[in-house]
Amino acid sequence: MRAYFGRRYMLSASHRLHSKALTEEENRATYGKCNNPHGHGHNYVVEVLVGGAVDAETGMVVNLVALDQAVRTRVLDRFDHMNLNLDPRFSDRVPTTENLCRAVYDLLKNALPAGELEHVRVEETENNFFECYGE
Amino acid sequence: MIFLTRRATFSASHYYWNPAWTEEKNREVFGRCANRNGHGHNYTLEVTVAGEPDPVTGFVVDLKWLRDLIEREVLEAWDHRHLNLEAPEFAETMPTTENLAIAAWKRMEPGVAAAAGAQLSRVRIYETPEIFAEYRGQA
Repeated sequence: MRAYFGRRYMLSASHRLHSKALTEEENRATYGKCNNPHGHGHNYVVEVLVGGAVDAETGMVVNLVALDQAVRTRVLDRFDHMNLNLDPRFSDRVPTTENLCRAVYDLLKNALPAGELEHVRVEETENNFFECYGE
Repeated sequence: MIFLTRRATFSASHYYWNPAWTEEKNREVFGRCANRNGHGHNYTLEVTVAGEPDPVTGFVVDLKWLRDLIEREVLEAWDHRHLNLEAPEFAETMPTTENLAIAAWKRMEPGVAAAAGAQLSRVRIYETPEIFAEYRGQA
């Protein structure tokens, strides 16, 4: 039977929302405080949902330790306590949480120990979050 | 279609142990979860029901009715119990969070199906605030 296993992780990072395609004024108008020149940070919550058959021997969809390892090496080690604007992934795109969410999805898509990635949710603050289903 | 979710909490103990395996393999796969005297969690159960709001009441289902269904079908069987030793569905099956989500679905689905116009859409169980599993009735 297909079921889903979810796990929540936290990472802290800084960013500045600023598009090279916009003028200084347009950036200011579009991003407001998020465009302040020296950036700011968030405690992001990354929720990873994995779908698959429940293994008859273990009762599990995915091995939690292996999932933690994949998320740690691919996502947390890369982004935690970093400035997102300096990551190569964001050299040509703005590190909005939409784009961070898709980046996490892409990094995990082919790296899961078992099961398949159903969705990635990134919560930027308690009041906003973003989801990517790989579509 | 509107999706309505009711949350409930329960506390239970369990351990993970596959009797077909050696002690060494159980320890290797399940780690501390294999400790034979068990351990416990505060679980949070989220039950999502889908349907159209009734034109007279505006309800998909009555939340009180849903609360009572959850208490009767799930909490009475699992709350403050040892899942391996006291819940019949886990006599042979490992009480992982995945299997809890499936078993909770099976316990509640007939009751929700009997309520006109609504269907069970999703059961999600949090074992801790960081770990959860869900079942959507898929084969």
